[in-house]
Amino acid sequence: MPSLLDFESSLRHLEHELENVRARGSNGSSSEQQERLQAELENQLRGIYASLTAWQKVQVSRHLERPYALDYLQLGFSDFVELHGDRSFADDRAIIGGPAVLDSRTVMVIGQQKGRDTRENVERNFGMPHPEGYRKAERLMKQAERLGIPVVTLIDIPGASASLQDEERGQSEAIASSISTMLALNVPTVAVVIGEGGSGGALAIACADRLYMLEYATFTVASPEAAAAILWRDAVKAPEAAQNMKITADDLMEMGFADGIIPEPIGGAHRDRSAAAKSVTELATRALNELDSLPREELLARRYEKYRDIDFFRE
Amino acid sequence: MKDIFKRHPRYPAQREKFEALPDNLWIRCPKCQELVYANELESNLRVCPKCKYHFGLTARERIDATLDEGSFHELDANMRSVDPLRFSALEGVYSEKLEQYAEKAGTAESFLYGHGAIEGEPLVFGVTEFKYAGGSMGAVFGEKLVRAIELAERESLPLVTVSSGGGARMQEGTVSLMQMAKTVAALNRFKEQRLPYISIMVDPCLGGMTASYAMLGDVNMAEPGAYIGFAGRRVIEQTMRQKLPQDAATSEFLLHHGMIDLVTPRAEIPSLLGRLLRMYVTSKASSRREPVAQLA
Ligand SMILES: [Zn+2]
Repeated sequence: MPSLLDFESSLRHLEHELENVRARGSNGSSSEQQERLQAELENQLRGIYASLTAWQKVQVSRHLERPYALDYLQLGFSDFVELHGDRSFADDRAIIGGPAVLDSRTVMVIGQQKGRDTRENVERNFGMPHPEGYRKAERLMKQAERLGIPVVTLIDIPGASASLQDEERGQSEAIASSISTMLALNVPTVAVVIGEGGSGGALAIACADRLYMLEYATFTVASPEAAAAILWRDAVKAPEAAQNMKITADDLMEMGFADGIIPEPIGGAHRDRSAAAKSVTELATRALNELDSLPREELLARRYEKYRDIDFFRE
Repeated sequence: MKDIFKRHPRYPAQREKFEALPDNLWIRCPKCQELVYANELESNLRVCPKCKYHFGLTARERIDATLDEGSFHELDANMRSVDPLRFSALEGVYSEKLEQYAEKAGTAESFLYGHGAIEGEPLVFGVTEFKYAGGSMGAVFGEKLVRAIELAERESLPLVTVSSGGGARMQEGTVSLMQMAKTVAALNRFKEQRLPYISIMVDPCLGGMTASYAMLGDVNMAEPGAYIGFAGRRVIEQTMRQKLPQDAATSEFLLHHGMIDLVTPRAEIPSLLGRLLRMYVTSKASSRREPVAQLA
């Protein structure tokens, strides 16, 4: 059974019951009971998830069992070959990438990757890329452009790493350069926020022709905790910050920054990873089909206008 | 008035207090702790005569300290934010805060731009106003910077920016974040022309700017001792539980690590800009008719 978030605690009893029935194996009466319990669980989940607050969505986006970039690669793509290194300093494990096949089309996938356990999290720096991660991403983008392969990015990052070593190796420049390169790429680009879209570290690989968000994904200028610490001088005000900063998929659609929302399985992507992967890859495929049909000049002009036309000012 | 004489162990946010000083007062340099005669500081471009600490400048002071006298003609001076998130926090309602920022800074927003000249060389000049919401980058900042870039491109002029700010304007949320992409997109187009972009970073210059347009100059320049980083000193120390060395993420540190081209004292910036612009613009004039080089 999946770990329950605090707002799902009313389901604990039902989940246990369901687990017990499943453990007892399938004879006629228990499979009927299992179906009944399953239906009841979905019913309750649907109720809870119908009206999640922004903070609750943040919690779902950070769920420890939520599918990560490599899960999407495994479930929704084939033939992925991970390429390593920025050819200048190191291989950053918080960003993964390489060619893969998506619905019979070769794409360059670049994803931000969190770890599943402590050891892997240390290895992947808790999903917070160093400058060499962004330089690897940039290298792969340029490779894709040269070979005429579209780029698909999977965004899931609490924020870019911010240590003394990151300053030494030019975190700012690495992100700035990645943004610049991605905006100028002469191939179609699709970005999907699969979890957290944390700040400039997310934007570095999000400047795409299409930006899609999973239903419970977020995109934010600063984590709710950081925003709360700055604007409310109290990190425990994170739920309030999450609400006021307008960081949900719906908010991003409303502001015109997201091009679509990918519905998640009932109760969140972690309850059915395969279904989530299917939704993501189907939409990415559809988007690439549309973008492929555009002359490159128009593709680039539209991408430019998407950012040039951001207003929110008065004269 | 009294607390300006307090000793501050590290770089304090003293510039506002400094502004209000009558000209017959002494002020204490936050770096060397020496008392400096205010008039002397004024005539020294607000650089401490004893330790060369560079005090902050307002946008207007920066214009005076950098451009030929009377050459600056500001554009879009009245553009304002529309409070895209209808934001309010502990500090109050953002739309009301905007009025207070404007009153305090004497500018309508945190970024100014216009035509100007340095040693007779015409250019487009953009500068942040730190006193307006800490020089933070919101929708107006982004739009004005993009217009500055487009103006330079349209009129075949070099572009010079001076940046100092805390990064993104938190109260404008993702709208603020997206300005990083918007400004870089415009800069990409500008760079397809044979035109130079010189980015000057001054204390303090952080994430939203450094991780977008400000690090993308053909020449990246900084004043001595400025804090220029992806994250602020306090943020790094807190999140990494790591005590930073004194020179971490300073101009000299960035120069050492290859992130910027030049560390230039304030008084020498105009002549250096003049030299660079003459060389770059002359090279452009002499080969104007050739096609722009393409990367393979
Ligand atoms: Zn001094």
